[in-house]
Amino acid sequence: MENTVLKIENFSASFGDNRILKDINLTVPRNVVAALMGPSGCGKTTLIRCVNRMHELIPGATVSGRMTLIDEDIYAMQPIILRRKVGMVFQKPNPFPTMSIYENVIAGYKLNGIRIPKPELDNIVEQSLKKSALWDEVKDALHRKGTFLSGGQQQRLCIARALAMNPEIMLLDEPTSALDPKSTSQIEELFVELKKNVTMLLVTHNIAQAARVSDVTAFIYLGELIEFGPTEKMFTVPKDKRTEEYLTGKFG
Amino acid sequence: MTGNHVKRRLAEDIFFKGMVCLFAFISLLPLFLILYYITKNGIAVIDWDFLTSLPRPIGEAGGGVFNAIVGTLMLIILSGVISIPCGIAAGIYLSENKAGKLASGIRLSVVVLQGTPSIVIGIIAYIWIVAPLKTFSALSGGIALSIMMLPVIVKTTEETLKLIPYHLKEASLALGVPYYRTILKVILPSGISGILTGILLSVARITGETAPLLFTAFGNQFMNINIFKPIDSLPYRIFYYAMSPYPEWHSFAWGASFILVVLTLVLNLIARGISVKWKTRF
Repeated sequence: MENTVLKIENFSASFGDNRILKDINLTVPRNVVAALMGPSGCGKTTLIRCVNRMHELIPGATVSGRMTLIDEDIYAMQPIILRRKVGMVFQKPNPFPTMSIYENVIAGYKLNGIRIPKPELDNIVEQSLKKSALWDEVKDALHRKGTFLSGGQQQRLCIARALAMNPEIMLLDEPTSALDPKSTSQIEELFVELKKNVTMLLVTHNIAQAARVSDVTAFIYLGELIEFGPTEKMFTVPKDKRTEEYLTGKFG
Repeated sequence: MTGNHVKRRLAEDIFFKGMVCLFAFISLLPLFLILYYITKNGIAVIDWDFLTSLPRPIGEAGGGVFNAIVGTLMLIILSGVISIPCGIAAGIYLSENKAGKLASGIRLSVVVLQGTPSIVIGIIAYIWIVAPLKTFSALSGGIALSIMMLPVIVKTTEETLKLIPYHLKEASLALGVPYYRTILKVILPSGISGILTGILLSVARITGETAPLLFTAFGNQFMNINIFKPIDSLPYRIFYYAMSPYPEWHSFAWGASFILVVLTLVLNLIARGISVKWKTRF
């Protein structure tokens, strides 16, 4: 059990009468990159938003089934406590425009009003930026606004911001879809490096990206989990016909 | 055939451009004439004594507008204290709840309030505050002016906050930041320049209001800083001096007008500066 970070059992989600996810069962082990792939509109983004309960921001959202984060029921926790344990990186880089790079990294502490002595904060900032491979580029400009950075740097800043909270799991919602190829490959390398310390759930519509960075892959189609298993296996000998068709580009 | 055609079109073009410039010039003319007259007649009166002394009784030479300046500043503070929190809160509510009965009710009342004649607002403040307390007061004037400020602040706050990208709110919520802290620490700071601009413009709008003060703040010959007593204000002092039969008091009215115009101008310039300089880049 110690090796399971996220466990999803018979999980369904709907917005109003529209059932987006149907009976999903998924187990994400520790220190892996788990990719969720599927054609757009299949519910993969909804699934990761259910993990930190961000889907509840949309009126009419309901769920059934069970989701546990290290044996703790996600839907029995306070969302604000849950979200401190679950980091999230969005499609579009979204550093806080009013804050410096330094403040952006510790935003999770600052905005929550958690008081930490300055030397410790300095340490958190340095470690988080080093983990997100941004430290060397910004160490002399920590007090400049985060929005002056390039798109790829901004996204790594957002990753540092999520890492600073020491999350149990990181949700990555198509984190490279707004970036150029060079920044994309930098961030992909970063994920491979990061999985030594943190578990990641990566939503991507880019099949090649799933193949490059993930250890396990889930294929979701029309709200159903079609296939889940080691990435290598799925990409070479898919069990389901639909997975094979998706991987060979017949749809999606 | 083409030669004539082209010539006629060019001529029409020039005529049209000329008309646009002419009317644009005409529309600017009143502003410059007003500024010219007020400066010409007002600036000579302004000196240290005028700014720091109180109005004198009829027959005595000299006097000034000190109590009116203090009164106007007090009225601005009073109305700001009332309308800024209410206005910003209503603006937040509107930008957070785009649909809904309460939101459309607020929107409608903002529009109606903006179009309500200021004298009517004065009468309302009279009925609410002056009649029950049985005295004219700075408080009632402040309340009347705050009702005038409210729609401007609500509208600018709403418009500013609507422009803040949704993904910033998501970023904050995803870090486990409670909703109220997200609004206070992420959304409001990102929109601060727009909100401040709206506040300053609404202050500029009410500084010159006279009608709502006639039956509320009333005016006062003497210095007063008690909010439950009548208080003087620049627009009222201008009215009082200008209606008198004495040439010296007429020139005082010009002087007070000059101060008022400069105050409004400065407020507008600061508002413009803030909206450019403090603008948040997303």
